[in-house]
Amino acid sequence: MSKVRVLVGTRKGAFILAADGKRDKWEVSGPHFAGWELYHLKGSPADPNRIYASQTSGWFGQVIQRSDDGGKTWHQPGTPPGETTGPGGMPKGESNKFVYDTAAAPLTTHQFYDGTQHPWEFKRVWHLEPSLTDPDTVYAGVEDAALFRSTDGGKNWKELPGLRGHGTGPKWQPGAGGMCLHTIILDPKDPNRIYIAISAAGAFRTDDGGKTWKPINKGLYSKYIPNPTAEIGHCVHHVAMNPKRPSVLFMQKHWDVMRSDNAGDEWTKISGNLPTDFGFVIDIHSHEPETIYVIPIKSDGEHYVHEGKLRVFRSKTGGNEWEALTKGLPQENCYVNVLRDAMAVDTLDKCGIYFGTTGGQVYMSPDAGDSWSPIVRDLPAVLSVEVQTLA
Amino acid sequence: MTVIIRVELPQHLRTLAHVGHEVEIQVEGPVTQRSVLDAVESAYPMLRGAIRDHVTKQRRAFLRFFACQEDLTHESPDAPLPEAVVSGKEPFLIIGAIAGG
Repeated sequence: MSKVRVLVGTRKGAFILAADGKRDKWEVSGPHFAGWELYHLKGSPADPNRIYASQTSGWFGQVIQRSDDGGKTWHQPGTPPGETTGPGGMPKGESNKFVYDTAAAPLTTHQFYDGTQHPWEFKRVWHLEPSLTDPDTVYAGVEDAALFRSTDGGKNWKELPGLRGHGTGPKWQPGAGGMCLHTIILDPKDPNRIYIAISAAGAFRTDDGGKTWKPINKGLYSKYIPNPTAEIGHCVHHVAMNPKRPSVLFMQKHWDVMRSDNAGDEWTKISGNLPTDFGFVIDIHSHEPETIYVIPIKSDGEHYVHEGKLRVFRSKTGGNEWEALTKGLPQENCYVNVLRDAMAVDTLDKCGIYFGTTGGQVYMSPDAGDSWSPIVRDLPAVLSVEVQTLA
Repeated sequence: MTVIIRVELPQHLRTLAHVGHEVEIQVEGPVTQRSVLDAVESAYPMLRGAIRDHVTKQRRAFLRFFACQEDLTHESPDAPLPEAVVSGKEPFLIIGAIAGG
C-alpha cells in the first residue's frame, strides 16, 4: 500500500509526518536539528530515502544535512554514517561552503530597501531541489540570490554563475524575507530547462542547463517599482508547475495570481473573484492540471489570512473562478500566515493537499481540498512543507 | 611548543560537533584567537563556517569570545590569549550573543 511522508521545516527544527495511503493516522518524528531554522527539506525523486535539508541560524550560519534512510538518521554530507574522514576521525566540513563564483561573475551590489546599493552577501539556503534523475545532484537557491548545484550528494557546492551574472543584479532588491532565490523548478521533459524565481527580481528561465538565463516577467505588473511593467524587479512569491504539463506555470506574486501557457514567456492575471490576491503559496492538483490552489493573505502589511478565516481557494478552471474551501479549517479568529514553500500535494489517486501555518499547524486534505484536518497543531512556525508519495 | 587549550562551545555547536560543552585541542606555537580557532576547525571540520566565514575568516557577527571574565571579541585575532588560557587553567569561551536564537 502506498505511503506518504510529509517533510516539515520550522523555525525551531524539522518534523517528519508519516502515514499510509489512507492518510488518517500519522506518526510524527522530531524535532530534528532542534532549535535551528529548517528553511526547506526535500526528498530525491530518484531515491526517496535520500532527503536533503537546509539547517540555518543567524548565529552559526548554514549547514546542509542529508538522510539516506528516509529521515531516520542524518549527517552532514561528506560524513556518511559510521564513516570518519577528517583529522582525528572527525567529519569533513565542506558541505556548508557556499562561495559565490566571483571569477566567473564578479560580485556586484544589489538594491537595498531604500534604493541604495548594498553588498551581495551569502546568508542562507532557502530551497533545495533534488535532480529528477540523480540522487547525488541537487540545486540550492540561496540568499543573497544565486543558484548553486552539488553533484556529489551535497558535499561540495558550485554556483551556476550565469544567473547572478545576468547583468541585472544591481536592480534586484530584497523582499521582506530577504533577497532570496526561493523557487527552483526542473522541467521533466527538457533537462536543460530550469525555472527559478527571486524576491524581488522576478522569474528567470534557462534553456541551456544554467549557462544563460532570461527574465520571464512579461505581463507582470508591480506598483512598488518605478516602472510597473519593468523586465526586472517583481516580487514573485512562488511558482508551480504540474510535471505532466511543464510549459504551463502558475504564479503567486506579491499581489496577483498569474498563469503562463508558454513557459513563462507571457503571463496573464487569473485572480478573478479571489477576496484578495496577495499571498505566498500556490500549487496544482497532481492529476488535474487546471485545478490550482492558493491561500489568500490579507495584504502585504497584514501577513495573515483574510477576515480571520483560514480558507484555501481552489480553481478548477485554471484560474479566475475560485471557490473557498473551509470544511475543517478555522473560520474565526484565525490570524496565521502560510509561507511560500509551505504547501504541497501528494500523487495518490485522490490527491492530497497539505499546508503548514506560522501558527504551527499542518493541515491536510485527503480529497483534493473538499475537507481538511490538522495532522499536528502546535509545531513551531512552519517554513516549508514537502510531500513524498512512496510506493 | 604544543599546548592543550580548553574551549567551551555554545549548545548548537556542541550538537553539530557531537561533543560535550568543553573540548580540549592541541595548539602549536603562539596561542591566539586565530590559532585556537584554526585548531578547533581542524579538529572539528563540521564547525568550519559556523564560527568564522569560510573565506574571510571573519568572526560571525552574533558570536563573541570571552576568557578569564574578559571580552576578547574585538581583540586582534593575533593577540596572545591570557596566560590562564595557555596554561589550561581557564577555558576560551565561544558564546552566542545574548539575543539567544
